[in-house]
Amino acid sequence: MAHGTHFETRSQAQYEYDRAQNAKKMRKQVTQFAIMILLTFVAFAAVIADFAPNFIKPVILLLAGVQVVQQLYAFMHLDEKDAPHNGVIQFFIWGGGFIAFTFFVAFLTIIWW
Amino acid sequence: MDINQKFTPQSWPQHSETATMEGKNKFVGIWIFLASDTVLFASVFATYLALKDQGPAGMEFTAKGLFELPLAFMMTMLLLTSSLTSVYAMYHMKNHNAKGVITWMAMTVILGLGFLGLEIYEFVHYVHLGFGYTQSAFSSAFFTLVGTHGLHVVIGLIWITGLLIRNAKRGLNLYNAPKFFAASLYWHFIDVVWVFIFTVVYLMGVLG
Repeated sequence: MAHGTHFETRSQAQYEYDRAQNAKKMRKQVTQFAIMILLTFVAFAAVIADFAPNFIKPVILLLAGVQVVQQLYAFMHLDEKDAPHNGVIQFFIWGGGFIAFTFFVAFLTIIWW
Repeated sequence: MDINQKFTPQSWPQHSETATMEGKNKFVGIWIFLASDTVLFASVFATYLALKDQGPAGMEFTAKGLFELPLAFMMTMLLLTSSLTSVYAMYHMKNHNAKGVITWMAMTVILGLGFLGLEIYEFVHYVHLGFGYTQSAFSSAFFTLVGTHGLHVVIGLIWITGLLIRNAKRGLNLYNAPKFFAASLYWHFIDVVWVFIFTVVYLMGVLG
């Protein structure tokens, strides 16, 4: 830990403002959670309802994609652009996502039985 | 500055997890680890998709006939809720409420244990049916994919339980705040992977 690290105690007004902001953010996260639960229900219901598989598959994959972005931005705080090294983090996680995509393309086209 | 310096809610920094150099390093480090873990899971996912319903032996087992949605749904709900409880823990950390952090992290562990119990039940059930790891290319790919995720859950549970035991009476300071934050990011990532597992393995498996 750096010796120069020093923290100003917040003023009462700033403290109350921060607490209110934190509560506001938490309420937003609960809303996001409710949407995730809803998307999960829709995905399971779509499969149980027995629509044409060629129609359901892209839809549930899309729902999964939406849920993942919600997790990353709402729950894992990628939306905080002022967080340290946000650019490095975004680079690595989306870079990992891109490499993941090449794996799917490669394995699904090269491996056959 | 002393690493065990006591804080009041008012003197506690808003971003306690990245307030110190060590915290910043942990923050970037866990994200780079998660990026590499994305690649690990991509390889087992791709393997599963390539080998689904394939194998020289054990062709009587297909994803369509094997997987049961009610169990997968229960597991999804448990893991999704445990993701929310760790968000609650991080909310209490921002307000310097050590008891809140401990309580909600403990809830996360309990929900995670519930998930793990169902997964073990599922695996034992499959093995009893004759669908073991070496049954076919399909079974190996399935157990490797879902088992790797299960292993991540086990590691996460040991990690968070260790944090809870070690910091039960310490309160929150700039030494343990980044540790809790990294553990919560890891736990969210486990949920991210599960979203794809329940979609690609269970839902698309039942579709055939």
